[in-house]
Amino acid sequence: MLVWTRTGKAVVWIAFALVFGLLVLLPFLVVIAAAFAGSWNGVLPSDPTGDHLRQALSGDELASLSVSLQTAFMGGLLAVVIGTWGAMAAYGSRFARVADAMHHLPIAVPSVVVGLGLLVAFSRQPVLLNGTKWIVVIAHLVLMVAFSYGTVAAALQRVDPSYADVAASLGASPARVLWRVRLPMLLPAISSAAGLSVALSMGEVGATIMVYPASWRTLPVSIFALTDRGQTFVAAAEAVVLLATTVVLVVILDRLRGRAVER
Amino acid sequence: MAVEALGATVVVSSQRRRDGKWLWVLPPLLVIAVLVVYPLVLVAIESIPAWGDVVGSAEFRDALVRTVQIAVSSTVGCLIVGTFLAVVISFVPFPGARVVAGLVDTMLALPSFLVALSFTFIYGTTGILRAGGFLTSPWAVVLAEVTFYTPFVMRPLLAAMSRLPQAQLDVAASLGAGPWRVLRQVVLPEVRPALVAGGSLTLLLTLNEFGIVLFLGAKGTTTLPMLVHTKGIVMFDYPGACVIAVVQIALSLGLYAVLRMALGGRRARLD
Repeated sequence: MLVWTRTGKAVVWIAFALVFGLLVLLPFLVVIAAAFAGSWNGVLPSDPTGDHLRQALSGDELASLSVSLQTAFMGGLLAVVIGTWGAMAAYGSRFARVADAMHHLPIAVPSVVVGLGLLVAFSRQPVLLNGTKWIVVIAHLVLMVAFSYGTVAAALQRVDPSYADVAASLGASPARVLWRVRLPMLLPAISSAAGLSVALSMGEVGATIMVYPASWRTLPVSIFALTDRGQTFVAAAEAVVLLATTVVLVVILDRLRGRAVER
Repeated sequence: MAVEALGATVVVSSQRRRDGKWLWVLPPLLVIAVLVVYPLVLVAIESIPAWGDVVGSAEFRDALVRTVQIAVSSTVGCLIVGTFLAVVISFVPFPGARVVAGLVDTMLALPSFLVALSFTFIYGTTGILRAGGFLTSPWAVVLAEVTFYTPFVMRPLLAAMSRLPQAQLDVAASLGAGPWRVLRQVVLPEVRPALVAGGSLTLLLTLNEFGIVLFLGAKGTTTLPMLVHTKGIVMFDYPGACVIAVVQIALSLGLYAVLRMALGGRRARLD
């Protein structure tokens, strides 16, 4: 307890409510309110409507949702596999520092630059990917590997290695130790890495906007195109679709983790 | 003799296992090398002919100054706001404080452009405050970044504060120290590492921030990542974009290296 008096506490709490509410929380609430507003010319939105949401869930906009989901699943889940593999292989090996640095490179480099690099590298021989959806998937994969690696590497520090040693000493083959002991112990971290990867991939804009072909527009790119054309209310509705989808996916992945731990 | 032979095979087999182990690191590293390192090397090579033109241009110098300005202002803002919010949640707790802490965790995974999008409704010409001029100024970017990155400062702070024994605060207070003094002399020194870690991560992320600047319409405000996009995608000037990319990488990797050293090898990261 830092503040003891009743008035002192009240003052601090009011200040907290103002700062947290206005600065941190309000922007997100405004987007949600705008999605359902016909117009917004005063302090409060007016003319409640579902039209924007309907528009955000039809035609090109719906296609973007499907593109984003496919990208998040392909890029995000591959990233979890590679990140987990990298973290487990690097743990305690003599290449740990190199692997650590290399896996964190995509976070330290701005996502726009990651996109530019892919554009420069894969617009030429030997591998031509520019103009295909694969360059978008690769961009997401690269960015999410760093986060997956970080999550699993942090969990490895907390996992007791003696379980794996005991299993091995009892005659389990390395593959069996990996499959029955080491991976299950890391499952909570792996599933939270998957949740993080999918969520970040759904909202990724920097690298995507550098590399996307017209046929593979993700949700954030569509939202940007809408705001650029001045259709901010439809953009807000589509942002709500993005948020809702992300929350549902993360909750599902979290449920999987819960069940895995119970078993 | 038999025992010696047995010992020898054990040593050999464990050594072979350890020798084989590092090979497993190679496949993921190969993926990173092909998809990240090779493209970045090409970016550096591609940039060579354009250095003179770009570095001499006022556009580049303005963007460089703007980027650092925005990143430093945003980080300072996040540190102030984040520390205040974390202190209240941890030490002046109210019903529902845990819910707020959980909300903060969720915000880390949201896309930053949502904040910029909401600003068009709050500060736009027809919005709540009708402060149209503000929206195109760099301060709108700073405010949006403070909103979005404050949770990145709060998270390590909340973790560090939850490990701080309450008794330590109570003793200081019982010895007559006022709230400010307890905060300054007991709490802040204890959570300094978390403050440094959260602040340096925020500085790195704000230097690289793109979504917010893009969505706020870069009319008056051009940062380096924004310039990479404009040159590369709008003007098809790949070499020019590559120069700026190299400068940006040097800036953020240099900073990252300095911070990692300053933190004694401790990594500043999301978790």
